[in-house]
Amino acid sequence: MTRVVVVGAGPAGLAAAAHAVRAGAGVTILDQSDAPGGQYHRQPPGAPHGFEAVLSRCTWWPESTVWAVDGKRVHVLRGPADGTGRQRHVLEPDALVLATGAHDRTLPFPGWQLPGVFTAGAAQALAKGDRVAVGKRVLVAGAGPFLLPVAESLLAVGAGVLAVLEANPASTVRKGWSWRDARKAGELARYAAALARHRVPYHLGRTVVEARGDDRVREAVTARLRADWSVVPGTERTYEVDAVCVGHGFASQPELAVAAGCALDGGFVRVGDDQRTSVAGVFAAGELTGIGGAVAAAAEGAVAGCAAAGGVPDRALLRERDRTRAFAARLAAAHPIGAAWPGWLREDTIVCRCEETTAGELTRAAGDPAAPGPHALKLGTRAGLGPCQGRMCGAAVSALCGTAERHHRPIAQPIRLGELADAKEIEA
Amino acid sequence: MEITVDGEPVPGVEGQTVAGVLLAAGRKSWRTTRSGAPRGVFCGIGACFDCLLTVNGVPDVRACRRRAADGDEIRTQSRADA
Repeated sequence: MTRVVVVGAGPAGLAAAAHAVRAGAGVTILDQSDAPGGQYHRQPPGAPHGFEAVLSRCTWWPESTVWAVDGKRVHVLRGPADGTGRQRHVLEPDALVLATGAHDRTLPFPGWQLPGVFTAGAAQALAKGDRVAVGKRVLVAGAGPFLLPVAESLLAVGAGVLAVLEANPASTVRKGWSWRDARKAGELARYAAALARHRVPYHLGRTVVEARGDDRVREAVTARLRADWSVVPGTERTYEVDAVCVGHGFASQPELAVAAGCALDGGFVRVGDDQRTSVAGVFAAGELTGIGGAVAAAAEGAVAGCAAAGGVPDRALLRERDRTRAFAARLAAAHPIGAAWPGWLREDTIVCRCEETTAGELTRAAGDPAAPGPHALKLGTRAGLGPCQGRMCGAAVSALCGTAERHHRPIAQPIRLGELADAKEIEA
Repeated sequence: MEITVDGEPVPGVEGQTVAGVLLAAGRKSWRTTRSGAPRGVFCGIGACFDCLLTVNGVPDVRACRRRAADGDEIRTQSRADA
């Protein structure tokens, strides 16, 4: 029997597991969380998740942190996040499906490091998983249709949402959406109706350009933007807030794929027609290969799971995958990141949150002929050297310094030195 | 369910993350950076490490990824402690 390991139990990983099982493989599916579903299907603890049927036919390893892969060999720590006494395991499957997903991408702006400024995804995770509203007076801003369900989640837990701001103008957004997306447009209309019921305005061509406060965010400044995201002077408006939620799309989490040796294209894992990466026996699905949302992720997962099990994905699976991929491409065109965003930054605006490297330090270092290249930049400014290893600032630093973002993080997930030194690996 | 934060009791709901308990109790920050600036939750899913704190004597635990358990002793952290 073909043994398949699936890393990540979000929409892509769950679909991969289901289709690998259907194709006759023995499947182990792991996730860092103690519940399946990923960020998209996040539930309050104890709530029925609806994936029992799939998981009952797999070996399900919740609370499993994959901290390294070499080839198809997977190194896992099992136990509570960042805990001690976790057990080390090694899995060596015939095929590996990586479905590690994405996290929010957030562009820096003055004050974005203040407590009370959250990523849009954080606001939704806290609302869906913890039933906690991040604030009473909240602004939701950024780019992309994800802002709408975030606002809905906030309203559902009693937050007051002052406005939802899409940075792109209507003319840009219209370019991407089309009659082919009727199903998605219907979903958006439902979100829009929920906002309307709560009298939450949705503005296009406006965003949060500054957060103010001493110990936490107390005010947010919004401004009207041109299509390239440069600020239209004199259009600033100040809101009294206790939280700001910002998301400018998503960044995939390709660390394990990079460790496995998979080739990337522009930060995304390169895959063939059956989701095969450049490394034999390693497949990738979902946000790793491009940002397309849960439906696209599940469609890719289905193809990847089938192929990983040694099956041949049928035409219907491939057609659905291609349809959702085309939608993802149109979405990217409708909600791009405007090139003029660095205009929001000031000399002292923090870009690297961990090391508190400022925009001024970065642009000076980038222009210094004595320190050429990304390595010198990193060592000289410490940008990307903190605990997040450039996950939050990488894309912004690259854009400001004219370098390429690198995803080579030697350890995909933090583990304690004692755990690394522990020789007791359990082969499975 | 109840945890303590720097010795002070804070009530929570079974199953909430440490970050959820703290935010629900009105705390927005619990870590200070190298410069002394306050930080709390930012990404909410374990990618940014802004929300690190000490749980039962174990430092550098991501508050957004750890479920709170009754009786947990939480200590806030500064970069200097790490």
